Amino acid sequence: MPINDYIFLSLALFCVGVTGVLIRRNAIIIFMSVELMLNAVNLMLVAFSKFHQDPSAQVFVFFVMVVAAAEVSVGLAIIVMMYRHTHSVDVSNMNRLKH
Amino acid sequence: MTMQETIFWILSFIVLFCAVGVITSRKPVNSVLFLIMTFFGIAGHYLLLNAQFLAIVHIIVYAGAIMVLFLFVIMLMNLNEDAEVPKSQLVKFAGVISGGILLLVVLAALKKADIALISPGSTDIGLIGNLGRTLFHQFIVPFEVSSVLFLSAMVGAVVIGKKN
Repeated sequence: MPINDYIFLSLALFCVGVTGVLIRRNAIIIFMSVELMLNAVNLMLVAFSKFHQDPSAQVFVFFVMVVAAAEVSVGLAIIVMMYRHTHSVDVSNMNRLKH
Repeated sequence: MTMQETIFWILSFIVLFCAVGVITSRKPVNSVLFLIMTFFGIAGHYLLLNAQFLAIVHIIVYAGAIMVLFLFVIMLMNLNEDAEVPKSQLVKFAGVISGGILLLVVLAALKKADIALISPGSTDIGLIGNLGRTLFHQFIVPFEVSSVLFLSAMVGAVVIGKKN
């Protein structure tokens, strides 16, 4: 199994996540696209861990999961607060810091 | 085509199809369900790469905890109706083109890389004993720092989400 296939797969997954962030306005779906990108990186780390026979990369995946969990809990709290104030989760309503 | 390659291509198709489903479906609940399917496909890839413990943790943490959090937020705030004002066709087109160009540039950069095969090697690097030894010998400081990160995230979520 060539490592290049795994690199191409995780690259495609990452680009799907980037496209999702660019084309959607719903804050929850933007968050899910960020999760997709994090998972693309995790997949690449695990593939290289197998390639080099080194468990350090898999430990790194655990740290990425920790950061993702922390990010999601704080981010969803922010989305809930934003919904209470504006009654929508549209990120284009969130440009008030400019004014 | 060997058995392993067949499984790889099937799982890759599932992962990419469901990832596209996440960003294109109109209702947020459908996106969450597609994302859970994507995570199961990625867990299958982990199993294929001999990362058994990681595959289980991935399912428990992502499909079991994070996605349930998403579902709770969507259902408690009743966000499933399709209230999103779509971006203009031009912006969507530009977004898809930018994502595609990013893919194309990195693919072109990697095109001339040597094709290196993953050797089967030892199959026990993904077992919990090995991972725990690595975690508590080489990565003990990041481990402690991540506990502080978790604590602050917990406090932050409560403080931000509190009704005042």
